[in-house]
Amino acid sequence: MLCFHVCAGEIFELKAELNSDKKEKKKEAVKKVIASMTVGKDVSALFPDVVNCMQTDNLELKKLVYLYLMNYAKSQPDMAIMAVNTFVKDCEDPNPLIRALAVRTMGCIRVDKITEYLCEPLRKCLKDEDPYVRKTAAVCVAKLHDINAQLVEDQGFLDTLKDLISDSNPMVVANAVAALSEIAESHPNSNLLDLNPQSINKLLTALNECTEWGQIFILDCLANYAPRDDRESQSICERVTPRLSHANSAVVLSAVKVLMKFMEMLPKDLDYYGTLLKKLAPPLVTLLSAEPELQYVALRNINLIVQKRPEILKHEMKVFFVKYNDPIYVKLEKLDIMIRLASQANIAQVLAELKEYATEVDVDFVRKAVRAIGRCAIKVEQSAERCVSTLLDLIQTKVNYVVQEAIVVIKDIFRKYPNKYESVIATLCENLDSLDEPEARAAMIWIVGEYAERIDNADELLESFLEGFHDESTQVQLQLLTAIVKLFLKKPTETQELVQQVLSLATQDSDNPDLRDRGYIYWRLLSTDPVAAKEVVLAEKPLISEETDLIEPTLLEELICHIGTLASVYHKPPSAFVEGSRGVMHKRLPARTGSGESTESPDVGTIAGGSGTETAPSIIPSQGDLLGDLLNLDLAPPTTTGPPPPTSGMQMGGMDLLGGGLDSLVGSPMPPRHLGGDIGGSAAMGAGFGAVPAVMPASLNAPMGGGLGDLFDLGGGVGMPLGAYIPPKTVWLPAMKAKGLEISGTFARRAGVIQMELTLTNKAMSVMTDFAIQFNRNSFGLAPAGPLQVLSPLSPNQTIEVSLPLSTVGPVMKMEPLNNLQVAVKNNIDVFYFSCQYPISMLFVEDGKMERQVFLATWKDIPNENESQFQIKDCHLNSDAASNKLQASNIFTIAKRTVEGQDMLYMSIKLSNGIWVLAELRVQTGNPNYTVRKERIRIT
Amino acid sequence: MSHEAVRVDPDMEYLTPGVVDLEQMFWTGLGATYTHCNQVWPNLYIGDKKTALEKPGLVEMGVTHIINAAEGTWNNVSTEMIHSLFLVNPSGDIFLEKHWKSVVSRSVCDYFLEAREKALDPEDVPPVISTPHHYLISIYRDKLFFLSVIQTEVPPLFVIEFLHRVAEMIQDYFGECSETVIKDNVVMVYELLEEMLDNGFPLATESNVLKEMIRPPTILRSVVNTLTGSSNVGDKLPTGQLSTIPWRRAGVKYTNNEAYFDVVEEIDAILDRTGTTVFAEIQGVVEACVKLSGMPDLTLSFMNPRLLDDVSFHPCVRYKRWESERVLSFIPPDGNFTLMTYHVNAQNLVAIPVYVKHSINFFESGSGGRLDLTVGPKQTMGKTVEGVLVTVHMPKTVLSVSLNATQGSYTYDNATKVLVWDIGKLNPQKLPNLRGSLSLQTGAPKPEENPSLNIDLKIQQLAISGLKVNRLDMFGEKYKPFKGVKYITKAGKFQVRM
Repeated sequence: MLCFHVCAGEIFELKAELNSDKKEKKKEAVKKVIASMTVGKDVSALFPDVVNCMQTDNLELKKLVYLYLMNYAKSQPDMAIMAVNTFVKDCEDPNPLIRALAVRTMGCIRVDKITEYLCEPLRKCLKDEDPYVRKTAAVCVAKLHDINAQLVEDQGFLDTLKDLISDSNPMVVANAVAALSEIAESHPNSNLLDLNPQSINKLLTALNECTEWGQIFILDCLANYAPRDDRESQSICERVTPRLSHANSAVVLSAVKVLMKFMEMLPKDLDYYGTLLKKLAPPLVTLLSAEPELQYVALRNINLIVQKRPEILKHEMKVFFVKYNDPIYVKLEKLDIMIRLASQANIAQVLAELKEYATEVDVDFVRKAVRAIGRCAIKVEQSAERCVSTLLDLIQTKVNYVVQEAIVVIKDIFRKYPNKYESVIATLCENLDSLDEPEARAAMIWIVGEYAERIDNADELLESFLEGFHDESTQVQLQLLTAIVKLFLKKPTETQELVQQVLSLATQDSDNPDLRDRGYIYWRLLSTDPVAAKEVVLAEKPLISEETDLIEPTLLEELICHIGTLASVYHKPPSAFVEGSRGVMHKRLPARTGSGESTESPDVGTIAGGSGTETAPSIIPSQGDLLGDLLNLDLAPPTTTGPPPPTSGMQMGGMDLLGGGLDSLVGSPMPPRHLGGDIGGSAAMGAGFGAVPAVMPASLNAPMGGGLGDLFDLGGGVGMPLGAYIPPKTVWLPAMKAKGLEISGTFARRAGVIQMELTLTNKAMSVMTDFAIQFNRNSFGLAPAGPLQVLSPLSPNQTIEVSLPLSTVGPVMKMEPLNNLQVAVKNNIDVFYFSCQYPISMLFVEDGKMERQVFLATWKDIPNENESQFQIKDCHLNSDAASNKLQASNIFTIAKRTVEGQDMLYMSIKLSNGIWVLAELRVQTGNPNYTVRKERIRIT
Repeated sequence: MSHEAVRVDPDMEYLTPGVVDLEQMFWTGLGATYTHCNQVWPNLYIGDKKTALEKPGLVEMGVTHIINAAEGTWNNVSTEMIHSLFLVNPSGDIFLEKHWKSVVSRSVCDYFLEAREKALDPEDVPPVISTPHHYLISIYRDKLFFLSVIQTEVPPLFVIEFLHRVAEMIQDYFGECSETVIKDNVVMVYELLEEMLDNGFPLATESNVLKEMIRPPTILRSVVNTLTGSSNVGDKLPTGQLSTIPWRRAGVKYTNNEAYFDVVEEIDAILDRTGTTVFAEIQGVVEACVKLSGMPDLTLSFMNPRLLDDVSFHPCVRYKRWESERVLSFIPPDGNFTLMTYHVNAQNLVAIPVYVKHSINFFESGSGGRLDLTVGPKQTMGKTVEGVLVTVHMPKTVLSVSLNATQGSYTYDNATKVLVWDIGKLNPQKLPNLRGSLSLQTGAPKPEENPSLNIDLKIQQLAISGLKVNRLDMFGEKYKPFKGVKYITKAGKFQVRM
């Protein structure tokens, strides 16, 4: 630490001067003291001497002493007490400037003993006739609260502060708001800033009149308000819009925050919505002509805005073009936004720019530019070809880092567009020798392995890497191992030696556990079942897409609410990084709500768990519990091995659910079924692992070494029996109620057709004939697609199985519960009525896999109130297995991402009546409970 | 030192995080979410004051002993926006510090200085830096870093804007913003900073308000002060502080009433190799110097206000009038101020006043190359282009240049690899040309990167966007002011790719 000590002689000299009789000399001495203080010298030893100068009529001297006091009072609390009398006296001074100065300085002296003396003067100053004093006192309340919150509450200062919001002077209002928001921040649950339409109106009025800094406080405060309806939010937007033309960029950005947030509530077909969108672009562009530091913060925020509402800046691509003399941090941000704005319409321009940047001097920037070309290719499909040829041009420059970067991105392009651009591999191979960065080497090796069958000398190429195996970085070693195994599986005859060499290098000569484990896994796979190995190693890879670098939608929403803050600069949730974040408050964008009836699409029904719906088609089944059922029922691991077995009671629970109707559990989390699962969290997990092989096909069930947990997973994922979930049959109509006819049944979905599977048993004494079936109107329009096929008469004690195909085009009527079906069965004896419930999953159609882009867009658009979340307890499957399982029931995984050890699966479901359900399934490794955090619904 | 995770008790599932993990957690804060109390080890809790004071809760948890590890009395989260300000000179010395609350050790600046070391150019230092306990937000102005330390979530733009105001204030008070000037006036700067910010809330940032509270130094005043013992600190409350027009003080009096407006436009453009405009826009600003007595109410109108669809105004401008009538109506601050800024970025409206013919070649052998530059007027609206200055950033391997300029003179700085050609006035009849040979470092390969060329220029009496002031009217006062409007066009970031 740098610390300057003033030598004793100097202190002595100053001391003498401070105690001089001459006013002028005193003042000069205090100035010298302050000057030492500003350069970090320790002059606290002079405390008593300086405080002695405090009682003076000379305002300048007084101010200087106050400056000194503020700096050192903390280290000299006993001395600071000496100053109290003067403070109290000054608070009564006829000059408002002195009154304000005194109250302000007292607040800055963070000494406990002083605060008690502060209360009375502060109370007077809060009601001072002069607004300058009131405004200063308002800030002082916040200071005091920081020192002693209890005292502030006890003294009733908070109420006085609230009253100041209605002050006649806008500066006082602004400071009161600032002070209150500050206090409220440290007490997240207190209802200090009770925002209601009246107080909002006051704030909006003050907004026009107070200083720029006050405007920022007021705007930030407004952003926390939740308007009652779209009309109110529109009127607030209208009054905030003029702030967009303010010269202070912080005001502009705070205004943008308010508008972005409240816009969410406006119906999109409203004219004003379009006007507002148009008004947002120019101020954002203007921010980019400010100083580079301001530009940087603006760009980080624009990055968010562009992801949330790309339409605002879609025509402004050119302002993001990089200028030669932009600081590097601005250049990199601009580049990022250029990619986000890239579209088919402007891609030619963007590519020309990027190619230009790739020849600049700054290495980091050039690298990022090359990467950007790759991202363009992945984002705008039509441009892929042009991007690839641009990259090839760049490779021809032979500039080492450009070539390496280009190879890394070409690998990504291959993964997005397989079998399209492999013609360039030859060119890439020419540059093999110049690659010295691990990432580029790994990328190249991946390419060689992936396309080994098309590269004649693939074995030679890989062999050349193998020579220095131990000197390579882990990334390259792993890639090389995989590539050679791929090569072996493709060309087994000539590469046997090579594969053996790499396996032994990886397993015997390496200390790296990752490498060793992977080596062992391949070894076992290859030696036990080459066919399975092929399936695993050469499995079709999921395509990569642009969304990998998009911010996760919920985080984005939260960040939009924090535009202009540090959170928005770091693109992290505010709770994640601000030191000692006081009570984490998650902000959410408001939902679109209509003040009138016309604003909302009438087709969007209420969410599961909501009160009854009026219109017939707007029936939303309770998906949540259903997902729970599907996972719970036949996925629970068999209870053959391991400690606390997940008892069969759980399975029963699952069945109960189906039988007992979904309605009882609508919208509420499933209650924990049994204690064992919760207690034995990790133990049950272990049991899950142990149990998996039993489900695996025999080919993979070969004995395997310990510690290959990964492989179990792998095997489990691949070998899991697929097929939609079919609940067991239950008795729908007991014989005693139907004159001897017993009907039990279930529902199944086979090849896209819903089947009602019936078992008819004749328990009567006479023969039954002339069977027919009819359904009452029901929630999803289920109706028999054909007659009930009971061809021969049913003799006593005979049982037959009948399958009845169903269609979903019948008449619709909302049922209670939703999935209730009333059935009438007729035979030669009588007509019988019964009701049964079908699993909602029957209605999930096969084409329920939403396009990624559509998914993303839809997800953003669905209002929050159509959302619910719940937990699925005790599901011992990893995310991939769960995903496979769900897919069998037409619940499709659209995307998966891993955040902090949690897998997030984004899934879509389409119901037979065209309702889409989007869900996010969160699977935490090692946690048997799944959280389905979100469900959103819309009608197509 | 071990960096690995360690299992302490073989029977337990719990792994203590390794040093690296811990560091990661502390730096990013992504570890535990904030609660009043966390169990960090079986039967070991870390909690805050609230937890420690609630006895029943402690008993319930089975707590038997409490160790107080709090630092001082004021260890709670600080609330103000800007905690401290440091001024740092180009060589990394801190020459002024101001703390608005407790004193923060200047060692916090080490993180910044480290980033400063890493950056190639002082301009490349990132404006927001996070450290384990603080955030450092800095600006680079006039070769000085203004570095603020903050501890809580604040709008960074707020801080950056404020720092710019500090720099402007110093410029305004002392005529320049430099280390020497600040050191010479250190006490006054300190007083000013105190006036500008209170507990993190900006107090007075309007220059006319500040000047009433602390009078700027003049030679005359310092003489008078030493003779009479009076001071630079105003003892009256500034009139502008609280009125609804904080930017103007009452009782302004001039013998000569005058109002001047400068319309200054800067062209930002990127031209590609062929001379085609890749991107061009005009950044315009209307600077005013108004010295009028009393409370004048001015209205400024333009011939062609439709040009301006993207404007930002000084707070004095009445936005509603602009929205409805497209005129600027305002009660002006006293003295110099920026009335409004605007920009025009419709491509067809941006005239490019000069063109450059250029060729730069390097021999395949790699020993040298040739450069040939010619500058000529393009769309100048009949005005003369003057102050033309061409700056070329040469590839790193160019050792020296031997050129011949038909007009003006050139310099080449081997350290920064910048070639500057000062042309002066552009004569359309005899176009200036600069040509000659470049020599490279021996053995250096042919340079890969393309140099880029920046142009500086000035055109008097022309706003290149075509913006024209129509008239200026004054209400509220009876005298006849003297009025004047001046136009000037400059090159902003005007770049030609070679």
